[in-house]
Amino acid sequence: MAMNKNSTGYTFAFSVMMVVVVGSTLAFTALSLKDRQNANAADKKMMDVLSAVGISSTRANASEMFQQYVVERIALNADGQAVSSKAGAIDPTDKTDPFNIDVKKDYRAHVKSAAKAADGDESVLRAAMKDAELTFPLFRCEKEGESLYVVPVVGSGLWGPIWGYLAMESDMKTIYGATFDHKTETPGLGAEIKEAFFQDKFQGKTINSASELLFDVVKGGAPTTAHSVDGITGGTITSKGVGEMIDRTLKVYVDYFETQNARASR
Amino acid sequence: MSTETQTVEKAREPLFSKKNKKLLSDPLNDSNPITVQVLGICSALAITVQLQQAVIMSLSVLFVMIGGNVIISLLRNTIPDRIRIIVQLVVVASLVIIVDQVLKAFQPDISEKLSVFVGLIITNCIIMGRLEAFALGNKPGPSFLDAIGNAMGYAWILLVVSIVREIFGSGAISLPGMGQVKFLPSSWFIAEGGLYENNNLMILPPMALVTVGVIIWIQRSRNKSLIEEN
Repeated sequence: MAMNKNSTGYTFAFSVMMVVVVGSTLAFTALSLKDRQNANAADKKMMDVLSAVGISSTRANASEMFQQYVVERIALNADGQAVSSKAGAIDPTDKTDPFNIDVKKDYRAHVKSAAKAADGDESVLRAAMKDAELTFPLFRCEKEGESLYVVPVVGSGLWGPIWGYLAMESDMKTIYGATFDHKTETPGLGAEIKEAFFQDKFQGKTINSASELLFDVVKGGAPTTAHSVDGITGGTITSKGVGEMIDRTLKVYVDYFETQNARASR
Repeated sequence: MSTETQTVEKAREPLFSKKNKKLLSDPLNDSNPITVQVLGICSALAITVQLQQAVIMSLSVLFVMIGGNVIISLLRNTIPDRIRIIVQLVVVASLVIIVDQVLKAFQPDISEKLSVFVGLIITNCIIMGRLEAFALGNKPGPSFLDAIGNAMGYAWILLVVSIVREIFGSGAISLPGMGQVKFLPSSWFIAEGGLYENNNLMILPPMALVTVGVIIWIQRSRNKSLIEEN
């Protein structure tokens, strides 16, 4: 090669070429696989919703089972009013379908910083969520003749995001089941929120609608009430994160639940 | 990083010359990246709980290794010396991202289980080690063979460790696409009134280290020249 390959100009030119080639290759790969990946993510979401109401499914039959059990998909605004409702087949491109609301993205982009800024002041947080025009999905399932309501929850653990699904019984006060997952919590400590022994503790607990704190995860070993569960020893921050995400998310839904209950009892 | 001597070819030699065959066979045994050079240990410990994960991981490493070695070897005369490590890193990282994306699209469950370890192939010392020690100084043909040799050397250890761990830890064997096959009748287990129990320690990472240790022990007792003198 005639050119001096250790000259600064050559090094720069080489880097620029490399970045362009690599960038376009990766962009092409990501774009061409995107549909499949989204379909996989949607399947996973359906499996999670179903497992919150105690139905196990596989990737192969997730979409079929979801259609069978989930009868209505509702979107709520930050005030807890239903703004849209869908039933039947899911169109992955339909942005108004409550199933396609990306709660994780909303949490990352808006709720996380708003919750921090609000510092426990609920009205500030709610105003921020209203400004961002966030919507919150709710899945109504029919299982053995009973209506169950599945609420997706998203929050922060010690190292990264945690999320899960909370299923409420038809009285909209009692927790029917819960599943949690995490990205990078410590194995053996915070990561235990994924295990059945922790998730089973939520069954039968109720929302404390009379109090400021709807639901709580208390420090390992502390006495629990009907409105709280025992956290994981050594996973304090993750446990707190679980409590925080449930409490914060339910505050949005509780108004909806109460109006529904009032309507039903009338 | 490696004891491999760099070879500079003068005349054109056939792809499967004696020397090139050694490139394939050496890493399987006498210069095995895991048991002799003790590289890439972290992923070997982390993802050998089930055979199917080890298979997918091995295939991923094989792909990244071949791609990286051949690309770097083709570019070896154009890469500026000052940024060669960055170039290697970029090539490996891109290949790893491609693998990660493909797994997410076609093997979502396994991709979830492998989680960060696919991304960590980037930092797998075997790959950067081979790029720096071999591909930068050799033609694409030998580099290709060297990549296969080293990836297979990595793979067979992974497969053996994961078979041992899965059989004794879960009483099962799993392959991609087949799921986990439990071959022990459930009546054998203590919970069902039998006498057998899965060894939970096998599922934990320390047992992977012990299993690798046993392989190293067997290998060194058969080939005394591998034992360092001090």
